[in-house]
Amino acid sequence: MAESFEIVPKIRQKRISEHLIQDKRIDGRGLTDFRKIKTEMGLIEKASGSCLVSLGKTKVMTGVKVEMGEPYSDRPEDGVLTVNVELVPLASPSFEPGPPSEEAIELARVVDRGLRESKAVDLGKLCIVPGRRVFVVFVDIYVLDHDGNLFDASALASILALATAKIRDFSLSDDGRIEFKDGTISLPLQNFPVEVTVAKIGEKLIVDPSLEEEGMIDARITIAVGKDDEICAIQKSGPGTLSLEDVYKAVDTAKDKAKEIRENVLGGVEQWLGKGQRIQ
Amino acid sequence: MSEKPKGKELISQGIRTDGRGPKDLRKIKIDVGTLEKADGSAYIEWGNNKILVAVYGPREVHPRHLALPDRALFRCRYHMAPFSTEERKNPAPSRREVELSKVTREALEPATLTELFPRTGIDVFIEVLQSDGGTRCAGIAAASIALADAGIPLKDLVVACAAGKVDGQIVLDLNDVEDQLGNADVPVAIMPRTGVISLLQMDGMLSREEFKEALELAIDGCRQVYAMQKEALMRKYVGEKESVEEEIGEGVNEKEGD
Repeated sequence: MAESFEIVPKIRQKRISEHLIQDKRIDGRGLTDFRKIKTEMGLIEKASGSCLVSLGKTKVMTGVKVEMGEPYSDRPEDGVLTVNVELVPLASPSFEPGPPSEEAIELARVVDRGLRESKAVDLGKLCIVPGRRVFVVFVDIYVLDHDGNLFDASALASILALATAKIRDFSLSDDGRIEFKDGTISLPLQNFPVEVTVAKIGEKLIVDPSLEEEGMIDARITIAVGKDDEICAIQKSGPGTLSLEDVYKAVDTAKDKAKEIRENVLGGVEQWLGKGQRIQ
Repeated sequence: MSEKPKGKELISQGIRTDGRGPKDLRKIKIDVGTLEKADGSAYIEWGNNKILVAVYGPREVHPRHLALPDRALFRCRYHMAPFSTEERKNPAPSRREVELSKVTREALEPATLTELFPRTGIDVFIEVLQSDGGTRCAGIAAASIALADAGIPLKDLVVACAAGKVDGQIVLDLNDVEDQLGNADVPVAIMPRTGVISLLQMDGMLSREEFKEALELAIDGCRQVYAMQKEALMRKYVGEKESVEEEIGEGVNEKEGD
């Protein structure tokens, strides 16, 4: 419906299909190859944390802002994490200004689920006064250039922005007031989810679909994998269907690819985990 | 999934909070053709979930520019009544409802022969009157019945059911408490004749083996619901056919009596 899929000419579709039959991709990749991933952290000094991820020609910037606010009434002792996506009109001819589209809401909620269910940020450590004051972590995803696979690029930009975010050091006085000190501390990170999208075109499963490949997919499945290979979130999306074998194959591929990204692209994630223990 | 209060057990000695065993479905009741004005409708009671579904179409599309040249425009609205939850829900569509409307549409559309009705629209309205966990699955199961009731050609019914992990155990069809305090939830929709999956979501934490077990359990649940869907449609249409035959029969008898 309102999805920003590109209309791919029939002749181009035919070429893409012909490549896939021989287990090749039109841009020279193998079926389970990601495009080149580039990450740049801390480009936005005014944000607590920021990360620009380039996935081939797709560019997504995430900014993290941390403020103080009230907790949810059903989670009085937890900090608040909110994820929002802006599909800004400069990123694609199909993005329009206005309230968030269905596509933007789905994207934000899938990234949110990956972060939340893997317990990436230890929200229990973001409480200042139970039931009254907590830290609120805003994760704002800004899609800058849409060339396909916004799910994986957004999720990666978000976890890296959170992992590198710094907030002012503080201490709590006896009456629960917060006093800021010099220096900064990191957010309490305890997991590092990586999302991998596997798309089905015809009978083939491919990883990291480009925009033109997205224009001809039957269905795709996004899988968030935590640091110990656990599955934290899944979302099947798109108008078509998947078989049971497709799902199992996608889950296995996602686990391998998530591991590869954590090790090869990010150089291991231990460097970011377990920091910020000083909060509370 | 949030952590449950310590000491509270959701499964004790194999019995869940609502008295079920780990692999039991809740009680399900399906009515077909509940609404007068809709082209097709269904009402489902799935445990404490109470959900009404109406289907309108194929009909003219409003606004007109959305109409598609090669198939019907398939639209879905999943919506919860303000009184359907413990605390009043703001009637404006939440982000959750927008997402569920999208995945519901994508679950139902693959089974619908939209290409038979170009330039028209098919609208599915799902209203959750009371919710108790698993409303998206119940809504999809009922919507599929309502589409059939509207006489829209389908490749298959779509049937949905969830499985998940509660207290470390894989269980079928989570209720609200289990969904809130459990470890994971896996809602699934399938088209049972071919077994293809048209909706799959997961949140929580599962190993690959646990996910596999949950997915297969959910599909098993789907097959049980499928039998109930068919039974509900038969009850309405076979029952209707018999009563029509009876009426015709009576008419003939009256004539003979003249």
